[in-house]
Amino acid sequence: MPAARGLPGWRRAAAPWLRAAGLLLALLAFDRAMDQLHNPYFTQVLVLVAVNVVLAVSLNLILGFTGQFSLGHAGFFGIGMYVAAAISVHAGAQIQAFLHEGLHLPLLAVRTLFFLLLLGAGAAAAALAGVLVGLPSLRLQGDYLAIATLGFGEIIRIVILNIDAVGGARGLSVVSSNPAYSVRYEGLFAVYAVTVACILLVARLVYSTRGRAYLAVRDDEIAIESLGTSPTRVKTEAFVVGAALAGVAGVLFSQSQGYVHTNSFTFLRSVEAVAFVVLGGMGSITGSILAAAALTVAPELLRPVADYRMVAYSLVLIGMMLLRPEGLFGTRELTLGGLRRLLGRGPRAAEAP
Amino acid sequence: MSLLALDGVTIRFGGLTAVSELSFAVEEGGLVGLIGPNGAGKTTVFNLITGVYRPSAGRLLLDGRSLAGLPPWAINRRGVARTFQNIRLFGSLSVLDNLRAVLGRELGYGFWGGLWRGARFEAEERRAAARARELLELLGLAEMAGEPARALPYGAQRRLEIARALATRPRLLLLDEPAAGMNTQEKLELRGLVAQLRRSLGLTLLLIEHDMRFVMGLCERIVVLDHGVRIAEGSPEAIRRDPKVIEAYLGEDSAA
Amino acid sequence: MEAFLQQLVNGIAWGGIYALIALGYTMVYGVLKLINFAHGEVYMMGAMSGYYSARWLGLSERPGAVSLLTALGIAMAFCAALGTAIERVAYRPLRRAPRLAPLITAIGVSLFFQNAGQLVFGADPKVAPQLLETREILRFGEVAVTNLQLVILCVAGALCAALTFVVQRTRMGKAMRAVAFDRETAALMGVPIDRVIAFTFALGSALAAAAGILVSLSNPKVDPLMGLMPGLKAFVAAVLGGIGSLPGAMLGGVLMGIAETLVAGYLSSTYRDAIAFVILIVILVLRPAGLLGRASKEKV
Repeated sequence: MPAARGLPGWRRAAAPWLRAAGLLLALLAFDRAMDQLHNPYFTQVLVLVAVNVVLAVSLNLILGFTGQFSLGHAGFFGIGMYVAAAISVHAGAQIQAFLHEGLHLPLLAVRTLFFLLLLGAGAAAAALAGVLVGLPSLRLQGDYLAIATLGFGEIIRIVILNIDAVGGARGLSVVSSNPAYSVRYEGLFAVYAVTVACILLVARLVYSTRGRAYLAVRDDEIAIESLGTSPTRVKTEAFVVGAALAGVAGVLFSQSQGYVHTNSFTFLRSVEAVAFVVLGGMGSITGSILAAAALTVAPELLRPVADYRMVAYSLVLIGMMLLRPEGLFGTRELTLGGLRRLLGRGPRAAEAP
Repeated sequence: MSLLALDGVTIRFGGLTAVSELSFAVEEGGLVGLIGPNGAGKTTVFNLITGVYRPSAGRLLLDGRSLAGLPPWAINRRGVARTFQNIRLFGSLSVLDNLRAVLGRELGYGFWGGLWRGARFEAEERRAAARARELLELLGLAEMAGEPARALPYGAQRRLEIARALATRPRLLLLDEPAAGMNTQEKLELRGLVAQLRRSLGLTLLLIEHDMRFVMGLCERIVVLDHGVRIAEGSPEAIRRDPKVIEAYLGEDSAA
Repeated sequence: MEAFLQQLVNGIAWGGIYALIALGYTMVYGVLKLINFAHGEVYMMGAMSGYYSARWLGLSERPGAVSLLTALGIAMAFCAALGTAIERVAYRPLRRAPRLAPLITAIGVSLFFQNAGQLVFGADPKVAPQLLETREILRFGEVAVTNLQLVILCVAGALCAALTFVVQRTRMGKAMRAVAFDRETAALMGVPIDRVIAFTFALGSALAAAAGILVSLSNPKVDPLMGLMPGLKAFVAAVLGGIGSLPGAMLGGVLMGIAETLVAGYLSSTYRDAIAFVILIVILVLRPAGLLGRASKEKV
């Protein structure tokens, strides 16, 4: 498709919508193709890749672009996970029944709306948590911020562990109370559509004039503050958006796995997310995507040495910092023409990192 | 009424009084130099004006309104911009992005607008890009727009800092040792640039400098600080002859 | 009331343990401005070395002071070397790197020891042989103090005193304080920075090792993951007391031990771990410099 700029009026306006439609069709095709393989294990790994990609990209916004060392990212993941699971178990069937029987909406619409509801609820809850955690923590620097967020992540986990209504130490099975209305979303289309949306969201936020503020805060808070932008506002924004997206990842996880437990969002999970960002390059969305995918798939490929997974992670962290602290991609992005145009029209040459 | 007025400003750090009972004013359109031996408290004064420090006593007034309690970004929005003694550029960003980062604050779209990216977004992005280029042209940095800021030669970095400060549309510009590290030629060019900016943008300037020739040839009035106290104030000629000033600088390389 | 006093006694004993670990954190932070995430794992290795040395030297057959001191000595020496090695390999190359880098490396080292430990030692907890027989030594009404608790307090106290002596009265100690105050200037003044930092790590690691041995006296289960929580809690203790301050670490450690025991006793043991983090948040919000610390400002 030729560059949109030179086209007459209505076609320019329609271009992004057509691109979006094209993308959705591609995802649909991807989903159908995977279906044909009849390999549920494969599908599960792909879902996990998507979840980790969202986790990595959302943390990169906080850690890579804005320079805030958050070690509690898993906590927001857990909140999204549990909120979605709780709604599904305790109200999933009722909500869907209302939409289907009460409002006479077709089942596909009901399923979609319910999914959007879960995503929204997970994101909102995680965002709220992000505000509460960010308020006291973001005024701290470097190490202190890391420890504070670590603490909050653990507090969140311990609190949820003690809530019996969502299973407590036994975990919670994400099962609808009425088998006619499923609350599970295991399909690749749904999961990847959301993943792509999250990636686009972060890319749009960062790669704009307004988005330069994140990087400025990372580079020199005092300077940007003296020049008219409140670093607190910027940090909080990055933190809350990152938290919300981690919540979305949690929703994807709970609805695809069908079972949630606090062991899924321990401090270790936060460290894994940091590993994705560090390996991929702090400040590269492409890097986070590829690193998350690679580190998710690798242990599966290397089944025989899967026991060494955590040892490998730790060596990745150490090695990366010693040998190539900027990560694989540094601050560069894979600027495929198509990827560029998907970000929407906007200044190009100036944005090249 | 002066644009900037300090009235009995004092700041103490623990047992040390860095600035004591400092009072002076800068008229709109004026060009005032702030000089003094090392450690006199000059940068501290800048930090006080821009809100990085809170005074222990005294008042800071901009256009007659107090700056008390305002955070630095709010003071900047009132019209005060500064450069730093130790250059504080956004090192990992390009020259152009250093300006864009600062221009972000006057954009006509917000968080949601940036996500939706409609016509408003497009227009604002174009406007910001144009303004950035305009500033780069003004400061002679247009060719280096895509370079990472930290790779710039020293003199260019200082000019970029000035461009960045100007991007916030200040009425009062504080320059902290803008000529530091420059050779004679560059200093001459900087002097001309500062004078020209003042004329064309209607700026009021307060600058800290060590180089006497630079200050004497540029400033209309000079305030002299020593150990946090104002010891002299007046025209360059008067300052040059003032015995207190000479004594304060004794032992310093004051090539006046 | 007596139950409360008993909890207090237990808490103070735990506090001694936390203090020993916290001292390592605070010393390293003082000279390097780095949170040594791997410190908890050094504590774990201390306990592990105690287990293996007790088995290989047959110390459990001869319980008593000599065995205890032998185990302590071996563990402390081993961990001092280990700590120095970690610094040399993982932190020294990053001395000039941005602050985030050594922090991430530290987490990596911590993870490495936990997981490599699981592979090498096996994930199942081992039972450390009893180097001392538990006896009640003192009794004040209903409040009992066991010999173990007394030993912990005495050893911890002695080590703290020794550390204070080293830091305040020796040349190396003075060098440590100089480096903590201003590393650049100390280097310019001819202080051997690398050696001082290595020494700091060695001291801190030795203390953590001692804590590991002392803990295994009363809690004989040792496993490769045992360092994670105590490490975090000891770090909180260091922050509570004022990171960079030695008396602060000791005070913070004791307070942490007491707080934790009281919470576990009066509230619920599931929230026992949470109290450390709550204290952390509260301190960071209200008084980031800690109880005995001093805040430092960045130069503009």
